[in-house]
Amino acid sequence: MQDSAQIQTENLVKIYPMGISRIVALNDVNLAFRAGEFAGLVGPSGSGKTTLLNIIGSLDLPTEGSVRVMDRKVEILTHKQAARLRSRHIGFIFQTFNLLPVYTVFENVEFPLLLLKTAAAERKTAVMDALEWVGLADRARSKPNELSGGQCQRVAIARAVVKRPEIVIADEPTANLDAENSHRILDTMQELNSRLGTTFIFATHDQKVIDHLGRIITLVDGRVVKDEMTASPRDERRAP
Amino acid sequence: MIIPRLALRNILGARVRTWLNVLVLSFAFVAIIIFQGLYKGLDEQASQAKIETECGGGQYWHARYDAYDSLSLDEAHGPIPESLAGLVRRGDATPILIAHGTLYPRGRILPVLLKGIDPAQKILSIPAGLLERAGGPDPPAVVGRRMAKAAGLTVGDTVTVRWRETGGAFNALDIRIVLVMSTSNPGIDNGQIWLPLERLRTMTRMEGQATILVLRPGAAGPSGVPGWEYKDLDFLLQDIRSLVHAKTVGGSILYFFMLVLAMLAIFDTQVLSVFRRRKEIGTMMAMGMTRARIIGLFTMEGALHAVLAAVVGAVYGIPLAAYLVTRGWALPESMDSYGYALGRALFPVYSAGLVLGTTVLVLAVTTLVSYLPARKISRMKPTEALRGKRS
Repeated sequence: MQDSAQIQTENLVKIYPMGISRIVALNDVNLAFRAGEFAGLVGPSGSGKTTLLNIIGSLDLPTEGSVRVMDRKVEILTHKQAARLRSRHIGFIFQTFNLLPVYTVFENVEFPLLLLKTAAAERKTAVMDALEWVGLADRARSKPNELSGGQCQRVAIARAVVKRPEIVIADEPTANLDAENSHRILDTMQELNSRLGTTFIFATHDQKVIDHLGRIITLVDGRVVKDEMTASPRDERRAP
Repeated sequence: MIIPRLALRNILGARVRTWLNVLVLSFAFVAIIIFQGLYKGLDEQASQAKIETECGGGQYWHARYDAYDSLSLDEAHGPIPESLAGLVRRGDATPILIAHGTLYPRGRILPVLLKGIDPAQKILSIPAGLLERAGGPDPPAVVGRRMAKAAGLTVGDTVTVRWRETGGAFNALDIRIVLVMSTSNPGIDNGQIWLPLERLRTMTRMEGQATILVLRPGAAGPSGVPGWEYKDLDFLLQDIRSLVHAKTVGGSILYFFMLVLAMLAIFDTQVLSVFRRRKEIGTMMAMGMTRARIIGLFTMEGALHAVLAAVVGAVYGIPLAAYLVTRGWALPESMDSYGYALGRALFPVYSAGLVLGTTVLVLAVTTLVSYLPARKISRMKPTEALRGKRS
């Protein structure tokens, strides 16, 4: 076990019962992520990428094995403790953006801070800062249905990072975007990773994303078949 | 304060769906308050009319008098005992003598009650004073408009009446109608002829006797008077209150269904919300919202429908209620035959308790029906909610 790891999985197994049969989504996964990594899970559909992200994000529980996130064992957390872990330390970015439709851009980004009971003035500053980072400060009063897909995903990124979480989990964040928007999103996330030191973990099949990653973990049938560090420009900058 | 704030944002963001529910719920609110107020008004108006024109502050009945047994009436009279005579002298009570009679208007025969009342009495709102002032050889008589209509009588008509004297002999003479009174109380009108007390006593040879004594409201009489029984207002008004109660129960069933319909609308909205907003719920869970907060949010959203309905209901309900209090609810002629002393319009009575009670009831029920689907949400796994599935 690596003591300095921010996220550590040990012999992780996830099995979904399907009637009388069962599907092994994750099989003996042992991984460790250090703070500030820009890593991605790649592999074909059904290889267990999303399942692993969900367990790391404390949205799901392993069938066997252990997951340690920010020094907390996910599998023994109560619902309330898991919610607290997510609200304080983890940001999520989804393939379909998942913005709250009746809220404005500002309110969507503000939401995680409301859950943390951040003071109003501090909240406003943090939200506007996050919107500045993603280049959408001028759309603060817009509703999600008034934005393009790329803009929605940038709002989702702002929402994920506004509380300055240690970890951001992004599940296929560019799957619904065109090439230009994908690049903008990835540049934004990479810049936030550099600026804030936030750990980003992706699940993706998108080569554009893969090209930006500093670490690529390949999953096949729930097993880690390859785990390689890449020489992305950012990693080169951060390397000792 | 995060939950009320988010709930308000959510329901205002839902726009038309929210306002349709609020409108339906406000109808239930206003209808319950308006109609409960009408029933309260019915009770108070009918009771007050009976107190003013018939019951006074209570009555002493001759021991043999039974208002529901006309056969016993011939024996139901007697001299006023000294303990009650003092009340009459002080103006705290007025005696009424009641006897069977038969009226012969325009060749027809109508059984009637002859009621003798002191023309100088001030206790009952019956225009008996005219019985004293009217001149002429024939005994003056006052009848109500229902009686006048039934017998085809008008002021100035002379009509033959027959009665039985105390000794059993029948006698008859002509009486003259000096007034057709308009009263909302059919209990002093239908089948009744009001005559001067002393004249009826003389006609029936029941000098110094009475059938009932009506107390002035607020006056207290002695208890345990031999040969007489005291009847309080609870007893005297029990018929009208039973009628009102029966109407109120019938009305309450209607309100229950109205409330159920409104609650179904809210419940349906909440269930639809759960169904449509699963992904949103999953997102909230992913952002760290606890199950308790999600239950609180959805329950609060439902409860806020009731709060908004109260506000919207007040906008059109208060002017409507104020109009009804001022102008009354016009009653059909047929209401006369129902036995209520109501007159031509019913004036509702709205109390703070009624408004507050209804508000609390609707709020509580709305909160409950919002809580049930919200509780179901809390059992949803975040991963399944995010995929838009139900656990």
